Amino acid sequence: MLDLTYDTPKVKTIAGAKHDWELVIGIEVHAQVSSNAKLFSGASTQFGAEPNSNVAFVDAAMPGMLPVINEYCIEQAVRTGLGLKADINLKSAFDRKNYFYPDLPQGYQISQLYHPIVGEGEVLVEMGDGTARLVRIERIHMEQDAGKSIHDMDPNMSFVDLNRTGVCLMEIVSRPDIRGPEEAAAYIAKIRQIMRYLGTCDGNMQNGNLRADVNVSICLPGAYEKYQETQDFDYLGTRCEIKNMNSMRFIQQAIEVEARRQIAIVEGGGTVDQETRLYDPDKGETRSMRSKEEAHDYRYFPDPDLLPLEIEQAWVDDIAAGLPELPDEKKARFIADFGLTDYDASVLTAEVESAAYFEEVAQGRNGKLAANWVINELFGRLKKEDHEITDSPVSPTQLGGIIDLIASDAISGKIAKDLFEIVYTTGGDPAEIVDARGMKQVTDTGAIEAALDEIIAANPAQVEKAKVNPKLAGWFVGQVMKATGGKANPKAVNQLVAQKLGG
Amino acid sequence: MSIDQSTAAKVAKLARIKVEEDALPALASEFNTILGFIEQLNEVDVDGVEPMVSVTPMRLKRREDVVTDGNQQDKVLANAPDAREGFFAVPKVVE
Repeated sequence: MLDLTYDTPKVKTIAGAKHDWELVIGIEVHAQVSSNAKLFSGASTQFGAEPNSNVAFVDAAMPGMLPVINEYCIEQAVRTGLGLKADINLKSAFDRKNYFYPDLPQGYQISQLYHPIVGEGEVLVEMGDGTARLVRIERIHMEQDAGKSIHDMDPNMSFVDLNRTGVCLMEIVSRPDIRGPEEAAAYIAKIRQIMRYLGTCDGNMQNGNLRADVNVSICLPGAYEKYQETQDFDYLGTRCEIKNMNSMRFIQQAIEVEARRQIAIVEGGGTVDQETRLYDPDKGETRSMRSKEEAHDYRYFPDPDLLPLEIEQAWVDDIAAGLPELPDEKKARFIADFGLTDYDASVLTAEVESAAYFEEVAQGRNGKLAANWVINELFGRLKKEDHEITDSPVSPTQLGGIIDLIASDAISGKIAKDLFEIVYTTGGDPAEIVDARGMKQVTDTGAIEAALDEIIAANPAQVEKAKVNPKLAGWFVGQVMKATGGKANPKAVNQLVAQKLGG
Repeated sequence: MSIDQSTAAKVAKLARIKVEEDALPALASEFNTILGFIEQLNEVDVDGVEPMVSVTPMRLKRREDVVTDGNQQDKVLANAPDAREGFFAVPKVVE
């Protein structure tokens, strides 16, 4: 069990002209499964290939072609479900969602409306201020992605690339448990983090491998609690769905803009129409996708080309047994084993690669010291050059070596920063560098004492002042550090200065 | 349940099948015949009977996650009315 406890975050309210309003948000995350081949064909999922080169005849919907499911994709959906503590349905089935669009050659998308592979789960969304929201997951189903239409290459034509057609998506559907734009972003970030730990989706939002549809409605304070008691949606406002967003920043903006639009309508005596909308970040507004409304008669029916998907409990158990340590558990362990703060543990476990790096550095060393060095020095330095942890020029062994030199009092913290910079830019073994460059701190009290005596002898006036005002001791410490080229052990210097001046 | 001409027209439109105005009454009537048959089937009590999806006991066939297909841009585009620079070119569709 996790011993991390959190308060519930405050609900975001927006002041209208007449009332304060609360937000109610549900999110559908579309996550591309990180598979080699597509869900129902043997074509590659590689991003950025020549247009229409990753296309099998199944994807192009040539007559007579039949879908054959990719077992790895099933496994990733199950893994994701287990990672979200969700029920796995041993029997699920595929349905056809019918609509016409140029980038959907079949004329239907194969999805799982009636019997999804994953049922109810939950995810804890930390807000970074000691609060967290428990968001319920309604379901996860597998479905095919559509192709890509490009509208700006020709004034009269749209260009269609089917490379993405048929790639496996997991649609993760939340309950309307999210109560503000920041929570929405934190929720998506958490889902992304869990999937990256599991390796089921790379979470690359820029490439569109992770997209979100966001359902937004508004209600008066108190109404949501009545919904919670009864699960009756009538207590909530009419929702609008903002489609297909792949930027955390735009998602937050879109929610806020859409909520304000709904508030203005309702306070003006109107009613919100349930519809699909698009967010336009340039204009900062959402607008109706009415053109698509009419097509929203999807006429779902079971796909006759595919038998129901039956999986065995033993297989699910095997997958469960092979799950890696997940973010919540890892964070709790870092706090317990390494004595880290909640904040530091969150930063270090945000990406699975960072956590692995930290653990290697911290192994057998002071965890807090290791955390400080990884977060403040290494992350700071990497960020400066826009490098990822996986591109770090300093290996965990090298950083560990630097920390060992500090721990053994061989170098001071200040010199350690210089040493870090040398290792970062030119590489090498930290201990050897310290030897070769004479960076070891002087702990020989005789040498420090000699330097201090010289300074005291040369500055009798300062000595008198310091005897009256002990704060001036710092000046002597500084002078000794200067005289020893910064290599004197600060602890030893402080002690000696205090002795000599106090005595 | 009964299908009128406007519902028949809507179904045709959703399926992207062109039906002339004067053919709609016959189409609506055919739909009604089919639905009548379905209604007859609906009278059978199937409570507790699992839907049969296949006449032979078969398991959904699986495939390994290996790339075995693709790299046939020319063949994929061969039947396209218009193709440019490797893309299907279609009349402009904009939201």
